[in-house]
Amino acid sequence: MQPRLEVSDVAKSFTMHLRGGIHIPVVANVSFTLMPGECVVLGGPSGAGKSSILKMIYGNYAVDRGAIRVAGEGDVIDIAIAGPRRVLALRRDTLGYVSQFLRVVPRVASRDLVAEPLVERGASREEALAKADALLCRLNLPERLWHLPPATFSGGEQQRVNIARGFIAGHPLLLLDEPTASLDAKNRDVVIALIEEGKAAGRSFLGIFHDAEMRAAVADREIDVTAFAPGVAA
Amino acid sequence: MSVLLDDAPLLSVDGLTRFYGPRIGCRDVSFDLYPGEVLAVVGESGSGKTTLLNCLAGRLPLSSGNVSYRMRDGVVCDLALLGEAERRFLMRTDWGFVHQNPADGLRMNVSAGANVGERLMAIGDRHYCNIRGSALSWLERVEVPADRIDDDPRGFSGGMRQRLQIARNLVTAPRLVFMDEPTGGLDVSVQARLLDLIRALVADLGMAALVVTHDLAVARLLSHRIMVMKAGEVVEEGLTDRVLDDPHAPYTQLLVSSILQV
Repeated sequence: MQPRLEVSDVAKSFTMHLRGGIHIPVVANVSFTLMPGECVVLGGPSGAGKSSILKMIYGNYAVDRGAIRVAGEGDVIDIAIAGPRRVLALRRDTLGYVSQFLRVVPRVASRDLVAEPLVERGASREEALAKADALLCRLNLPERLWHLPPATFSGGEQQRVNIARGFIAGHPLLLLDEPTASLDAKNRDVVIALIEEGKAAGRSFLGIFHDAEMRAAVADREIDVTAFAPGVAA
Repeated sequence: MSVLLDDAPLLSVDGLTRFYGPRIGCRDVSFDLYPGEVLAVVGESGSGKTTLLNCLAGRLPLSSGNVSYRMRDGVVCDLALLGEAERRFLMRTDWGFVHQNPADGLRMNVSAGANVGERLMAIGDRHYCNIRGSALSWLERVEVPADRIDDDPRGFSGGMRQRLQIARNLVTAPRLVFMDEPTGGLDVSVQARLLDLIRALVADLGMAALVVTHDLAVARLLSHRIMVMKAGEVVEEGLTDRVLDDPHAPYTQLLVSSILQV
């Protein structure tokens, strides 16, 4: 079976020109694969480069070298070298990302924000909104909030909007950066169920979860990111 | 923010250079803009972004370089070879230009309805009821109250003038819109509403846009791609969130690190 994601020999460093050109290596020799239907967790202490790896896969961070191959619709795209239009098309159809914090256009209602990724994939507005409402309901977001922009919501409420927006389109590969950090146990269980349903449908998940219970519930395997510390021989 | 792949560029820019006497306006700028794509050109005052915009929109002649545009019939034209009449027709029909100051893009002494309807008449619509109907529906779309249709824009607020200018530009369903600091000079609350409106319209109509802004937050919300300019040259370009989250050029790092957090 073809891997959904294949990361090969990726390295990342930052050069801070405003700090006299100081060079900060982040990770090196990052290599792993993720199969369809699998949920893999990135482990390691804070600062080990877990979020950086997710950002490289999503295309927010450029890589110094290596390849990040994602099996898209019909073909395999190497994010490390793909142009902006190719990356955006992959994000629309194949690759989703739930960030730690919600960052969206101001003044747009929560249910429209949640529906948007599905509309972009070609669903009708009615269908997308119906699915958005169902997801927000499942995540126990009070209905009176659905028509409001999330700017004034609590951290946990914003994060549920973020999760619904991430899960709605059913992307074959979903990156999760501590999606449950500000959730209570009831809503964390909803996220666990969403991941389990996704896995059963053949979708793949790559996540960072500090919560050990969450990790135990969803992870098929854990990758220790400290193995990718720069300077450590591969 | 939908992007279609495997189609031809709408606008192709190759080595665009503009000097003002011995001074550089912008130098050796090259890029392709595709249908449905929003490209933000960012940089501080004097970086050459407005010169670039004016050269592209045919408002300034190039010193050297080439700009070609794919017409509705699929024929690719070198813009320098278009006659004045053809260029003006293109500007009125297939292109829009949203100025930072709405007074530069509106006719301030005719009614809001006429400002919108005028562009329709320019492409041959002569039916008064159709024109007024289109004008009304566009005013509604940009949230200008229908009962202001017969007022002239001198009595409008800055935000309302800017929304009217957008309606005037989009009524002919242009395929390419140039925007010069479209939210500059507006209150933040008005800005947010306008950004939301521009984003929705660009996505719904599937048009391409080139947005010049010094505001990186505007660029992040509106654009697919960013081009960073400094002293007339492009110093960095790429996917918008890549450029903003992982800036490489020293100047881009300076811009990104200078954003005030609220």
